[in-house]
Amino acid sequence: MEAIYILWLRELKRYTRSRAQIIASLGQPLLYLLVLGFGLGPVFQKAGGGSYLQFMAPGVIGMAVLFSSVFSGIALLWDRQFGFLKETLVAPVPRIEIMIGRTLGAATTSMIQGLLITAVCLIAGFRPVSLAMVPLGFLFLALIAIVFSALGTTIGSSLQDMQAFPIVMNFLVLPIFFLSGALFPLDHLPRALGIVTSADPLTYGVDGLRAALLGRAHFGSAVDLLVLVVVAVILLCLGAWRFSKIEI
Amino acid sequence: MIRVQHLVKRFGEFAAVDNISFDVARGEIFAFLGPNGAGKTTTIKMLTTLLAPTSGTLEIDGLNPTEHQHEVRSRFGIVFQDPSLDQDLTAWENMDLHGVLYHVPRKVRRERSETLLKLFELWERKDSPVKQFSGGMKRRLEIARGFLHTPKILFLDEPTLGLDPQSRNQLWTHVKNLNQTEGVTVFLTTHYMDEAERVAQRIAVIDHGRIVATGSPAELKTQTGKESLEDAFLALTGTAIRDESAGSADQMRQVAKMWRR
Repeated sequence: MEAIYILWLRELKRYTRSRAQIIASLGQPLLYLLVLGFGLGPVFQKAGGGSYLQFMAPGVIGMAVLFSSVFSGIALLWDRQFGFLKETLVAPVPRIEIMIGRTLGAATTSMIQGLLITAVCLIAGFRPVSLAMVPLGFLFLALIAIVFSALGTTIGSSLQDMQAFPIVMNFLVLPIFFLSGALFPLDHLPRALGIVTSADPLTYGVDGLRAALLGRAHFGSAVDLLVLVVVAVILLCLGAWRFSKIEI
Repeated sequence: MIRVQHLVKRFGEFAAVDNISFDVARGEIFAFLGPNGAGKTTTIKMLTTLLAPTSGTLEIDGLNPTEHQHEVRSRFGIVFQDPSLDQDLTAWENMDLHGVLYHVPRKVRRERSETLLKLFELWERKDSPVKQFSGGMKRRLEIARGFLHTPKILFLDEPTLGLDPQSRNQLWTHVKNLNQTEGVTVFLTTHYMDEAERVAQRIAVIDHGRIVATGSPAELKTQTGKESLEDAFLALTGTAIRDESAGSADQMRQVAKMWRR
């Protein structure tokens, strides 16, 4: 248990010490929020969807957590290149504990990132409809963070170096974001797109956030919760297995 | 303590370690010498559970590292040839993290960290992030960290690379001391023949993945008819300079260096 704690703490220390990176990683979600939020706002309003900023804020929060989770999971590769990974792999600690410590650390830092973006959304004019539902929103934030940190760890354990990183970015992370319904409502989608979006775990994360923060959801928070928990368990197992197979 | 029989490790067609066998007795200081790319580090990686052998058998304290990973890991300590510190943490935090991973009780951890950091003259800089350290300081920290817990077997993979004579002296005195007082078995590699001669009771010379000679320093000298261990080593392994192909890790590290200013 102490090993899990110290590795979790390490991730947190590394995060708080890289302030430039924290600010830099707020840039992209901010751009989406402000440019799309205010740019597409009038059209969305005319189409009868209400405030677009209000609608997409949970999507942008989900996006920030997605990006930061996957990246901190993949940061495993930097530890591999700079050698620190070896130090943990030869230690008399079960690899599952090392994997859990790292993944929880990654999840925690990306939750902080998600909360920072939430603060920005509030400043931009986003308002949750009910304060009582905010803890549920926090739960969804945590689940998104765990699912995608586990995914990041799985990918990081399966690659040798950062060269495949653009492939992961363009063919996995960006599609997960764009197909999640973060930017558009899931009702009345063309059939094919509907199927693809419902296969994307982030869809349920964003839907859950909307259920909690806006009181409107496509699948409903119970379905969202169930799907996310199942996916989290699967990815954690997969990640633990991949992690246990690392050779240096 | 360590028993290796017909050990082979292939990377594709290339046999990095090609059918080697040797034994290291309990409480012995054993040096593994060989030119660059001879297979020293690959052998250490297999002994320390980081790499699975292609064929052959390995035993650490009677246990197979591939099957009993956890038990084996709790028996050894290692100082790696290449860096393994967390650059963003301070020297103290690196020590502390290591102590937790090796189950050193908190109080002992603190006392020992202090003693070791003072011994290797890093105490004044204990709260600086490691990335601000010079090459020699990082090396010293790696070594100090390796001594934080007392294992049954200590692997030292070219520990003196980039160290000044003072730190080298400090290191070997410490190693000999541990060996005599605690009976720690030491398995080391080095390119400095004088060091091997000074500390090692037995030496194995490896070249192109095969062991070409084993014996005490004196035996190796008589065997080759040379005056010094250095000459004996050259007689056994030839004078051609070896190239090590840079692994993906090294290439990546270079890219990363350019990236991070």
